Amino acid sequence: MRKQSASVRVKNFSEVAQGFTEKEAIAEAKRCIQCKVPQCVDGCPVNIDIPKFIGFIKDKEYDKAIKNIKEKNSLPAVCGRVCPQEDQCEIKCILGKKGKPINIGALERFAADWELQNSSKSTVNRKPLTVNRKKKKVAIIGSGPGGLTCAAELAKMDYDVTVFESLHKFGGVLVYGIPEFRLPKRIVEIEADYIKSLGVDFKSDYVIGKTRTIQQLKDEGFKAFYIGTGAGLPYFMEMEGENLNGVYSANEFLTRVNLMKAYLFPEYDTPVTIGKRVGVIGGGNVAFDSVRCAKRLGAEEVFIIYRRSRQEMPARQEEIENAEEEGVRFHLLTNPVKLRGDDKGWLKEVELIKNELGEPDASGRRRPVPIKDSNYRMPIDTIVVAIGQGPNPLLLDTMPDLKLNRKGYIEADPEGRTSIPDIFAGGDIVTGAATVIQAMGAGKIAARSIDGFLG
Amino acid sequence: MYKIIDKKRLNSQITFIRLEAPHVAANVQAGQFIVLKINEKGERIPLTIVERDIKEGTISLIFQEVGRTTMELATMGPGESIMDIIGPLGKPTHIEKIGKIICVGGGVGTAEIYPVAKAYKEAGNEIISIIGARSKELLLFTDEMKALSSEIYLTTDDGSAGRKGLVTDVLKELLNKEKYDLVYAVGPIMMMRAVADTTRSHGLYTVVSLNANMVDATGMCGTCRVKVGDKTKFACVDGPEFDAHKIDFVEFINRDRRFKDKEKESLKFYEEAECKCKS
Repeated sequence: MRKQSASVRVKNFSEVAQGFTEKEAIAEAKRCIQCKVPQCVDGCPVNIDIPKFIGFIKDKEYDKAIKNIKEKNSLPAVCGRVCPQEDQCEIKCILGKKGKPINIGALERFAADWELQNSSKSTVNRKPLTVNRKKKKVAIIGSGPGGLTCAAELAKMDYDVTVFESLHKFGGVLVYGIPEFRLPKRIVEIEADYIKSLGVDFKSDYVIGKTRTIQQLKDEGFKAFYIGTGAGLPYFMEMEGENLNGVYSANEFLTRVNLMKAYLFPEYDTPVTIGKRVGVIGGGNVAFDSVRCAKRLGAEEVFIIYRRSRQEMPARQEEIENAEEEGVRFHLLTNPVKLRGDDKGWLKEVELIKNELGEPDASGRRRPVPIKDSNYRMPIDTIVVAIGQGPNPLLLDTMPDLKLNRKGYIEADPEGRTSIPDIFAGGDIVTGAATVIQAMGAGKIAARSIDGFLG
Repeated sequence: MYKIIDKKRLNSQITFIRLEAPHVAANVQAGQFIVLKINEKGERIPLTIVERDIKEGTISLIFQEVGRTTMELATMGPGESIMDIIGPLGKPTHIEKIGKIICVGGGVGTAEIYPVAKAYKEAGNEIISIIGARSKELLLFTDEMKALSSEIYLTTDDGSAGRKGLVTDVLKELLNKEKYDLVYAVGPIMMMRAVADTTRSHGLYTVVSLNANMVDATGMCGTCRVKVGDKTKFACVDGPEFDAHKIDFVEFINRDRRFKDKEKESLKFYEEAECKCKS
């Protein structure tokens, strides 16, 4: 797939991956051998009929392709860009056994982008499916990928659905977390508009737990609830100096840059400070999003500081490679132990320690073990802590009867049912930080459970 | 969009506005705040809710012009709308009958202690108020606070009203004469720190409401972190009120300054854009 060249893209926030041309898409679609028992479909958390839509692309029937995808996936332009297809559908592709698997993600994106550019030709249903609504009101709390999917599925089943979002824009992590250069915000807006067009009511600036409690929503006639609030509590390292100026949680850094558009400061009024040398702690997609934002904001040297080796990094391979091309340097098998600042409270230096890999831990990855006396210091102006997130207690604190697990996440069964019959939940608030498509899968399953409960 | 119903300039720096925000008005309790964002390009800033009217579905805010958002807000009037208002946020003040409470308000902070003082009064407490400002013109809510208080003391830096000096001068004298049960203080950080230092030796429980920089204000970003005792807290969800004796004010003051240069840059950009509009 075409990409903006590294030297150009580090100076802008425009999308890196440019997508397939029509010619490329057809050529790729022709490679699909249309398996009788397709494995790829099993790998997809929302079970898109992958060979079928690829077949439509091959025949240049793009309208049919996108219609087919949207039967199963309400956010195809998002998923075509940010899903880890290499671990899901593509890993199962039979062609991958001997050569390159079909680039399913790029084909999904191609079909979705075709619709965005040819909306007049598209026949995907944009109106409420029937006028005869079941009238039962369902509240979706959080407009991230899981909430949007659950809302869309329920609207297609004729429920009266309202999505409550605490921020001023819809999309959750898709708008505050994932940067413009990986997922343009215009795309998220258009996909949310599609879900609105299914008859879903959207309320922004609504913090459930504060603006309204679940009980108040019940009093207002809501009969079932889907909690998809994500894992919105940033973890810090609990090390000395973490409150120095210049130290950000990844959530803060990315929210300032993406949601508030700090990269357009001062036209947009939200600032972010960025020094010459920026270190990002962590090895996941959030860490890589942060470090690549820092580079684009003008940092001269940007580092990933990760406690294990490259092999254990949870980020997508593609994004790790992109970051390397953009000049990101890696401090692997390294952990920060202390941050030091000047007398005005500004970060100046990080003290690091080298690790070696020990026995595998619960995640199956080899545990990093600090090497005694291997400490060293490095001058640094900005640190972004991207070591993961926990469950945000803001809403959960107002629901003492809702059963949580040991770590504070909501306890839900595989169908999205919680300890309270009319409360359903899915995505990161149940599983801990995971992927966009996993949250969407959970939202979809929960929609079926809600239908079963209300039906 | 949230419509401005009323606007009053209280003095050269401070403005009162009342806005339509029925979704916020319903659940407000004393001590809570909202976050607002004026327009598409605006910053999200927290402001304390001074009053609310459930029937009208309105909330009232009082703010001092300190940066681009508050300056722009001060130019808006009835009929105009603000793009986003989120709230009520933060933990409400813990209101119970405690006894004798000294409420200390500095500058625009007086508007913030008013709803809390009112709630304490309604819970059966005796309120003693100390209100300070740089000069007479900048004193706020003196009539409202007087109505709630058994005693009220005014101070100004220049002596143009009340006593010349600081709120802590009065506070020291009161504490040396009599026993009190709680001090509740809101104002500039330096004032709150001075209040904490004054009451510490008396072992008098002191609560301050911190006006930290915030983004989402729902506990998601952690920009408002503040060290309280040996723990880092988030002012947006764990606060905004904290035990003043446990706050690490040195760190908080440093953190409060971290976007000062950027704020100046943004203000300059706004003023230049305004000039172009007018010419």
